[in-house]
Amino acid sequence: MTPLSQDEASSAGSQETGSKGTIRVLQLYPRDMNIYGDWGNVLVLQQRIRWHGYTPEILEYNVGDPFPEDVDIIVGGGGQDSGQLVIQDDLLSRESALKELADDGTPMLLICGLYQLFGRFFKTRTGAVIPGIGVLDVETHGTDERLIGNVTVSSPEFGDILGYENHSGQTRLGPGVRPLGTTAKGTGNNSSDGQEGARYRNIVASYLHGSLLPKNPAIADFLIRTAAERKYGSFTPGAPDDGYAELAREHAARRPR
Amino acid sequence: MLYFSVPLGKLVRRVTRLRGGGSAFPGLVVEKIDPGFMQRTLSTLPLGVAVVSGTNGKTTTTKMVVELLESQGLKVFTNRTGSNFTRGVAAALLGDVDWRGRLNADIAVLELDEAHAVHFVNRVPPRYSLLLNVLRDQLDRFGEIDKTAQLLQHIAAKTTGTVVLNREDPRVARIAETLNGPEVRYFGLHDSLLTTFPNDDDLRAGPGSPVPDLPPKPHADVVLRRVGADDADFEYDGATVTTGMKLRGVYNIFNAAAALVLARCVAGNGTTGTDHGGLLKALSEVAPAFGRGESLVVDGKPLDLVLVKNPSGFRLGLKSFPAGGYATMIAINDNYADGRDMSWLWDVEFDSLRDGGVDQVSGSRAYDMALRLQYDEVAVGSVNPEIVPALAAFIEGATDKPKRIFCTYTAMLAIRRELSKITTVEVVS
Ligand SMILES: [Zn+2]
Repeated sequence: MTPLSQDEASSAGSQETGSKGTIRVLQLYPRDMNIYGDWGNVLVLQQRIRWHGYTPEILEYNVGDPFPEDVDIIVGGGGQDSGQLVIQDDLLSRESALKELADDGTPMLLICGLYQLFGRFFKTRTGAVIPGIGVLDVETHGTDERLIGNVTVSSPEFGDILGYENHSGQTRLGPGVRPLGTTAKGTGNNSSDGQEGARYRNIVASYLHGSLLPKNPAIADFLIRTAAERKYGSFTPGAPDDGYAELAREHAARRPR
Repeated sequence: MLYFSVPLGKLVRRVTRLRGGGSAFPGLVVEKIDPGFMQRTLSTLPLGVAVVSGTNGKTTTTKMVVELLESQGLKVFTNRTGSNFTRGVAAALLGDVDWRGRLNADIAVLELDEAHAVHFVNRVPPRYSLLLNVLRDQLDRFGEIDKTAQLLQHIAAKTTGTVVLNREDPRVARIAETLNGPEVRYFGLHDSLLTTFPNDDDLRAGPGSPVPDLPPKPHADVVLRRVGADDADFEYDGATVTTGMKLRGVYNIFNAAAALVLARCVAGNGTTGTDHGGLLKALSEVAPAFGRGESLVVDGKPLDLVLVKNPSGFRLGLKSFPAGGYATMIAINDNYADGRDMSWLWDVEFDSLRDGGVDQVSGSRAYDMALRLQYDEVAVGSVNPEIVPALAAFIEGATDKPKRIFCTYTAMLAIRRELSKITTVEVVS
């Protein structure tokens, strides 16, 4: 996948009479943890940053890379077991840096696999414990049951959140985080407590694919707003056209589980 | 030896036919009263069983292998895919065996869905297997692509003769390391075509990611060298041959290289030797299997249907069928047979449609598709989730232009049904 090139990105910014500033989005481990449409989340951030009048800069961090400085938004995606094994050691070596960024209020979006690995641990079905980096007070247990299907979540902050889940790990929240919302359709974190995702500081963590951000622009704009306010002191939004997003939400909500 | 099950099964088959019943029911009956029927019947074939599996292109590749082998004078038994694979094969066998249970064929060539692969090869170890690719598809059903790779690996491990692998798909090529029984052969791409076939690992890495150093590739028996508008070049036996192709789409033509490798293995093991001219002639005449991309005529202008069911298939479809001069429609459904999760649309780049835009977007997930196009800055003419009126508006709005419709499986069925009212469409069996 190639996003719009940096040239296109910066020229789009400078065509307007002066960009409101640059917002740097870091994609974590796109090589190993980026299936199930996670690119969609990055593309939506890139375009909406532009539509709000800022200049997006998309960075990547893969295993072994130097960790980029001055990052405004961090996005981490899903992955298969094999991808998780590849990144595990590298992620643990970045534990303190990522904790610092999180506690400092850096907005982050963590989906599925990296949601789990930002937690305290993942215990597999066979009892093996894969340590996480403990940024989020959550733990995940592998199960035989795969939770699959369309999901609608009611969130106090973002309204209805629409997406699609596909996971067999079941996550439980500790007291250090709050849920992203409660599931109106679908399962979410686990098959018992009706909660989905986790919120901590400016982190939004979720099992939802779909991709998440295209049909939930409120979450995308929360990440962008927070990044702009932290960096420039204030955020003046543009006026993205969310007509198709609205209709896509309405139709998605009516689809069966 | 006489088996009572065969005449009984054939009788049930006849009765259900008369009543217009489903084709698999007789298979169910014979399976119940004689569970060894399929295995026993297939084991009598002099050249054994060849299976074709992988995520993309099984149906057309199976059809190619069958037609290539028939060009060598072989009698081939083959299956149409159905809801229950073993039952479907048993039912098809019942139709083809004589009353004493003998199958009049030299070889069986079977399309094997990943879901049924393990069960089948455990009962009937194939002599040949052809493994095409492991792509993101049907994640709803199988969870993860690594699992699909394991299923293909299991097919390969059960193969007694020759395994034919895609040299360019790392998950498939890697299977060779795990095998110690069967002979391994490869089909491959010339370097100049590699960028046309991004695999799912390439698609994950973003811009400017360094390409890891790859080990040298094994020799491929047949290499696809060039794809033209209606012909292609293949390299084998140290020479390059050019042949006309009725098949469209580079991925179909790559699978033709796969079919050639398998057909050459089988024919080479036969009694008469390989008729190379006959193979090429047969290859040039293979038409696409139903629903895998076909060209119809509407109002005197061509209308192409391109089936898209996963990101790599969609990307290859966009690349194989350039948009210039065409009116374009996209129809995305999210029924079970299409895949329920729309995430895959976000792994396809649509910038090749930016110049001409998309005239109509339809299907149950029409607005997901329109939203996807908006983020790639592709103009959308109109959006209507209802396929029938959207198709009518599409045809009316572009009478002077050739047309192309990218559609998911169930959307394609609906579009064909509708088109059959205004033009000749091959009957779906
Ligand atoms: Zn997931």
